[in-house]
Amino acid sequence: MTFFDYTTLKLIWWLFIGVLLIGFAVMDGFDMGVASWLPFLGKTDDERRVIINTIGPTWEGNQTWLVTAGGAIFAAWPLVYAAAFSGLYIALLLVLFALFFRPVGFDYRSKLADPRWRNGWDWALFTGGAVPALVFGVAFGNLFIGLPFHYDESLRSFYTGSFFGLLNPFALLCGAVSLSMLMLHGAIYLQLRTDGAVQKRAQKAALIAGMVCAAAFALAGIWIAYGIDGYLITSTQDTNTALNPLAKTVEKSAGAWLSNYHAYPWMILAPIAGFAGIALSLLNARFKNERSAFLFSSIAIAGIILTAGFSMFPFIVPSSTDPVSSLTIWDAVSSKKTLGIMFIVTVIFLPLIMLYTSWVYRVLRGKITVQSIKDNTHTAY
Amino acid sequence: MLPSAEVVDLSRLQFGATALYHFLFVPLTLGMTWILVIMESVYVMTGKQVYKDMTKFWGKLFGINFAMGVTTGITMEFQFGTNWAYYSHYVGDIFGAPLAIEGMMAFFLESTFVGLFFFGWDKLSKEKHLMVTFLVALGSNLSALWILIANGWMQNPVGAAFNYETMRMEMTNFSALIFNPVAQVKFVHTVAAGYTAASMFVLGISSWYLLKGRDVGFALRSIAVASGFGLASVLSVIVLGDESGYTTGEVQKVKLAAIEAEWHTDPAPAAFTVFGMPNQNEERTDHAVRIPYLLGLIATRSLDEDVTGLIDIKNQNEVRIRNGMQSYSDLQRLKGGDKSEASINAFEKSKDDLGFGLLLKKYTPNVTDATEAQIKQAAKDTIPNVFALFWSFRIMVGMGVLMLFIFAASFYFTAKRSIGKHTWLLRLALYAIPAPWIAAETGWIVAEMGRQPWTISGILPTHLSTSSLTTGNLYFSLAGFIGFYTLLLVAELFLMFKYARLGPSSLHTGRYFFEKYQPTATHAVESTS
Ligand code: HDD
Ligand code: HEM
Ligand code: HEM
Repeated sequence: MTFFDYTTLKLIWWLFIGVLLIGFAVMDGFDMGVASWLPFLGKTDDERRVIINTIGPTWEGNQTWLVTAGGAIFAAWPLVYAAAFSGLYIALLLVLFALFFRPVGFDYRSKLADPRWRNGWDWALFTGGAVPALVFGVAFGNLFIGLPFHYDESLRSFYTGSFFGLLNPFALLCGAVSLSMLMLHGAIYLQLRTDGAVQKRAQKAALIAGMVCAAAFALAGIWIAYGIDGYLITSTQDTNTALNPLAKTVEKSAGAWLSNYHAYPWMILAPIAGFAGIALSLLNARFKNERSAFLFSSIAIAGIILTAGFSMFPFIVPSSTDPVSSLTIWDAVSSKKTLGIMFIVTVIFLPLIMLYTSWVYRVLRGKITVQSIKDNTHTAY
Repeated sequence: MLPSAEVVDLSRLQFGATALYHFLFVPLTLGMTWILVIMESVYVMTGKQVYKDMTKFWGKLFGINFAMGVTTGITMEFQFGTNWAYYSHYVGDIFGAPLAIEGMMAFFLESTFVGLFFFGWDKLSKEKHLMVTFLVALGSNLSALWILIANGWMQNPVGAAFNYETMRMEMTNFSALIFNPVAQVKFVHTVAAGYTAASMFVLGISSWYLLKGRDVGFALRSIAVASGFGLASVLSVIVLGDESGYTTGEVQKVKLAAIEAEWHTDPAPAAFTVFGMPNQNEERTDHAVRIPYLLGLIATRSLDEDVTGLIDIKNQNEVRIRNGMQSYSDLQRLKGGDKSEASINAFEKSKDDLGFGLLLKKYTPNVTDATEAQIKQAAKDTIPNVFALFWSFRIMVGMGVLMLFIFAASFYFTAKRSIGKHTWLLRLALYAIPAPWIAAETGWIVAEMGRQPWTISGILPTHLSTSSLTTGNLYFSLAGFIGFYTLLLVAELFLMFKYARLGPSSLHTGRYFFEKYQPTATHAVESTS
């Protein structure tokens, strides 16, 4: 990789991880949103099967965005993978346990007719959708505040907080942003793929989720501007070299999370996309332009995630107890060689993935209706 | 402060348990996808409906298993970060790459197309559907390739070097990582183990249909596919599998000696211990039954090369531990800020043994002040649990031989078109369904326990690799894993048995046993689909 210097590669990898996280939120986001609505929008077993079958054949590939984002963080930001995942131990395990229910839930639910069996799996699927959506938001919220961790001189990380410390008001608000965002996205998707009663209910659901999301997002913005301290790097070595996280100085200061927006005013496009995406998505849903509605709810998700990324740049995981231990895109990364190799791999495979994924969606396009479930009662989920 | 011994033990227990559990489902996915490809290819070529039904029915069972494979796989993907944080930090630069590539190259492929396998029958042409099935098989087998490249690197860490600036291992040679001979041998052996498992599964269940006199045509055709594919697979497992792999890599030598409970370096060619009770404390094998010459032949394929014994390996390691103490102090000097050329050169020379120095951290945090007794103890630690390795290996090999016999016999009688008459063989095949799973699990125990006390052979000791967690954290996660995994396993086995019993009738084509011969039973089937 001689045609990029190390600094550029580090930047590219910040972008790539962003793309993977946005890809996860957009693609698996509607699966989680749909699952979160499942017990509420499906009144009968057939209706619930309609809802499940809108995502049944494709959710698995969507979840792979999460798996791959995990792998890519391991490869590109090993220090983040290590420090953040072990620090957020209990929270991450809760997500894992909730995710357990999805693969089996989809596959097993309709293999037996017993209503208790099916009802049980419906709530399991709900858990598998709503809990990760919520916890990911809470975890992101805590990144803004900083995690209580530090390194010793052999770069072993120590986390000194507790699980309940993560459940602070700001983080919970971020949890609300992420849950309502994905529930909006899920409801819009349901509207696109169903008809009749389920579709009508989904339209209402989208309205509620969209309003909650816009309000929570706005509140979080105000809170970040006035309520919590951000972090600033005050001195660092050449970003074009291999850096040890402990070799910089960092300070906390009020309003620091907005400093990037002062320095680069174009970044304001991200929150604008967030709000506009929500509004346009609801508007299009109202007039039954379901495809456009889906496009805009995807843009809303990208806008909201980018807003978080831009605010914190170049921080990834700030440390609240020992700010020099904070991880940034300059010092939490792999060697230049590894970043370069993984760059090539990503540039080859990501477009391929998108290509065949869209082919699969084309094959499976069309509405799922109560009639179509009745016709395929033995083969549908 | 290092993680306590209890945290290390619990983390190992959790990793081992969740990995062994994951590997209950992996083998069937690896092999069944190819069996589905074979069956569907026959359907596409001949147009015979029964082959389509076979693909769909065995595909149903595959689906029930696949869901659990994915569920348990997600755990593995995140567990290195949650529980092995220092490990992830120390080797993530190398180890993370194959995991990320696995996601992009393999998981996306299998997961995107697996839905289309189940739901695409009416939406795709025959040929396109076959292509989808093939891509699922390709994806799952590629995933095995990349994860085993990662795992092979832990056994034989090539293409990497320690960087004292960042205090971790960094990649120096990517193609060495990919073409690691240990990884290649592992890949062949492990996927062939998966093919064997899936063949045994299809063979055993089909034999049961024959014993019951049900769906005979369907069962005979399934047996034909399974016995042919199974015979080829079990032969690959046995003959090709562990051909080489021993001569490369530090840990593999210890492993070989431990597997054979070879305490002393016997004059070549060494004898093979068929039976015995390895005694780790006294460093000998009680009640040993030995066959002269055989080990030397197996292990070195020659009559004049030595197989190094455990005690000699231990003594060599003691020397390396002493070098490692030197290396550790050279590193301390660099970290203290003395980056003169002399210091750098000194460290470059000694750094190959740094990992052996780190073994002493278990006994003294400063390493360089270790006592003689501590050095001796650390050297002793480099010998893994011989008893477990010796017996796990023998169980695996025993299962392999048993299955070789079953597949060979089934293949022979299928060719002679008389398999239906040999009920003893059908019964044996049914009861032998667990055999490949037993072999695969014991195989992993050999591979992973044989790597102890290292996570990265010769580089990073296990007791340094874990996250800085509390025991409370670990009890919470262990309880969760045990609880949820048990619950899900019960559901899985329930469905698996139910659908295996129903057989192809579960497809509701109207052509199979419960639908044709027993009108009353149809009722029961209908109400539970
Ligand atoms: C030799 C094969 C093999 C081995 C050693 C492992 N796996 Fe595995 N894994 C597979 C072979 C496999 C598979 C055949 O591809 C699976 C099993 C069933 C399935 O659905 O795919 C799978 C599923 C699977 C999934 C879900 C993929 C999806 O969403 O489709 C993940 C995230 C992992 N695995 C991760 C791991 C990790 C981190 C491992 C290392 C400890 C590991 N696996 C060991
Ligand atoms: C799915 C197949 C696998 C099985 C059944 C398996 C089995 C085991 C077992 C039994 C242990 C415990 C050994 C002990 O502590 O004595 C273990 C530990 C471990 N294995 Fe594996 N393993 C598998 C795959 C892998 C792979 C593919 C990797 C890495 C890519 C890996 C990495 C580890 C690590 C990091 C530990 C913990 C540290 C240790 O105790 O050595 N395992 N595994
Ligand atoms: C019959 C002759 C067999 C021999 C000589 C043999 C040999 C071995 C050896 C030496 C290892 C440890 C490899 C290492 O750590 O580098 C191993 C591992 C393993 N074996 Fe076998 N094995 C045999 C049969 C089987 C069978 C029948 C199965 C399953 C169907 C199986 C499944 C495995 C698995 C899954 C592993 C762990 C992965 C690996 O390290 O390759 N083996 N085998």
